[in-house]
Amino acid sequence: MSFYQKYLEYKDFDFERFYSNITDNQILSVINKDRINELEFLMLLSEKAAKYIELMAQKSKKLTLQYFGKVIFLYTPLYLANYCVNQCVYCGFNISNDIARKKLTKEELEKEAEIISQTGLKHILILTGESRTHSSVDYIKECVEVLIKYFCSISIEVYPLETDEYRELIEAGVDGLTIYQEVYNEEIYKKLHLKGPKRNYRFRLDAPERACIAGMRSVNIGALLGLDDWRKEAFFTGLHAHYLQNKYPDTEISVSMPRIRPHTGAFQPRVKVDDRSFVQIMLAFRLFMPRIGITLSTRERAEFRDNLIGLGVTKMSAGSSTEVGGHALTSKTEGQFDICDTRSVKEMSEFIYSKGYQPVFKDWQAI
Amino acid sequence: MIIGGKELTSRLFIGTGKFASNAIIPEVVKRSGAQVVTVALRRMDFDSKEENMLNHIPQDCILMTNTSGARNADEAVRIARIARAAGCGNWIKIEIVTDNKYLLPDNYETIKATEILAKEGFVVLPYMSPDLIVARNLRDAGAAAVMPLGAPIGTNKGLKTKELVKIMIDEIDLPIIVDAGLGRPSEAAEAMEMGAAAVLVNTAIATSDDPVSMGEAFGLAVIAGRKAFLAGAPAVKDFAEASSPLTGFLRS
Repeated sequence: MSFYQKYLEYKDFDFERFYSNITDNQILSVINKDRINELEFLMLLSEKAAKYIELMAQKSKKLTLQYFGKVIFLYTPLYLANYCVNQCVYCGFNISNDIARKKLTKEELEKEAEIISQTGLKHILILTGESRTHSSVDYIKECVEVLIKYFCSISIEVYPLETDEYRELIEAGVDGLTIYQEVYNEEIYKKLHLKGPKRNYRFRLDAPERACIAGMRSVNIGALLGLDDWRKEAFFTGLHAHYLQNKYPDTEISVSMPRIRPHTGAFQPRVKVDDRSFVQIMLAFRLFMPRIGITLSTRERAEFRDNLIGLGVTKMSAGSSTEVGGHALTSKTEGQFDICDTRSVKEMSEFIYSKGYQPVFKDWQAI
Repeated sequence: MIIGGKELTSRLFIGTGKFASNAIIPEVVKRSGAQVVTVALRRMDFDSKEENMLNHIPQDCILMTNTSGARNADEAVRIARIARAAGCGNWIKIEIVTDNKYLLPDNYETIKATEILAKEGFVVLPYMSPDLIVARNLRDAGAAAVMPLGAPIGTNKGLKTKELVKIMIDEIDLPIIVDAGLGRPSEAAEAMEMGAAAVLVNTAIATSDDPVSMGEAFGLAVIAGRKAFLAGAPAVKDFAEASSPLTGFLRS
């Protein structure tokens, strides 16, 4: 079985009819439950549940504190290359965008690693565009071999790989995978991914599962919010995470809720996801899956991020750059998207402390 | 109580994973009286002065490294060896979790890791799901103490596994330390009254609004519970003692 079967189960589900039958009492009782099922999770994502966002926040805060404590894990992204063969309408690295293309050499990578490690960060997320020519698995592996000298935990956010390729990278020292389905709605997916291997919906959808099978320690999934009805997209993201958590209990599953940010190219989000909706999604995730990791990137505004500390978020990026060589090099390229919270790692840590939380730089040890 | 050749005066062990700041740990240790402190190797940041938890553990404490993050015996063994090589001593809490939903320990892998590490000279304190047979296996594998959970970790639900832990206390001649799930000092006292050798607490102290006071409260509760256990709590009576007893006719 694949998550695709689960997707098909709900693909033609009459969401509107379901929403219209929800009562206030049902929502209140779901918020108070210890264990929530799939449709109860959907209730928490409904428009009607928005009224109870404060109650959901109280519960989410309690659960997060209980299971994760007063800590926020920190990491930063490191872009290895921006070559890409795909044509994803919402992405700055789109093959049809006329931007400078670059891939880090070993020396440049050392420099980036050096600069980042001086901030004290121990967890790194490496990214590439999709190009098996420029950013082959071998290239990624060589980069991992460099980074392992500087960092305790290395995650990858690259094009979907085969199980054996994940195994190869795990062997080299990778312990985490981040991969977003972008949009779970299969028809819309086809419309937004015009060209390139990324058009293969199923291969991407099953990538997190292949990583679990390969023995990846942590897997982070998500939908790019703004591409379709966010309630449905959040619902499918939650179902996907739940599916992985149940089937691969020894893998730590996390979710992200990336909202589309300005980037090179003219694509405008089809759906607006405002702050209130964003928070509702996050709280629904927490109530549905009390021990799931929730990752928040610098796509979001500093002030908004600050307010989410304690509410459910467990992991945040800091000192980010979405450009290849963005941490150390002076000759810069276009970023994948514009980041919003531009604070340094130090500023971020100080702020987290001021909120009564501990910024955790290291939460894994390569063994 | 002697564990691993060390005489312990405090029967409260504390965990360090969830505090708002590591800087508060020395005060929590001091006021709670805790003597054994457990730290996850995964959180030890040897390169950082401020962020390295180890710099906040008082010198007179016994550091018990835990293997949090290990998914099987092999990983737990490797973590223990890294910790010892890094100068963290030879006390090791084995924590092997293959279920990230409930964070329940894998007893089978735990027995395997205990056997290997005990042979290598570690003082091994395995964290486990309470089960008499597993506890016997752990004892035979060389564990220095056995640490059953009171309730799933982080739940603050108290001594939900009471009957099973009680059987272990009665049957196993090793210190039985209740680890995980205790949410209130009264629950720690309950475990101690029942005859637990010690308790290990993290979440309830670290996530309290005032961890120092909560640590102290747990310290006092553990002392009270232990005293009560030693004094021998009076038996609970199901029936009142009647002034005209049913067997009063038996005069001789």
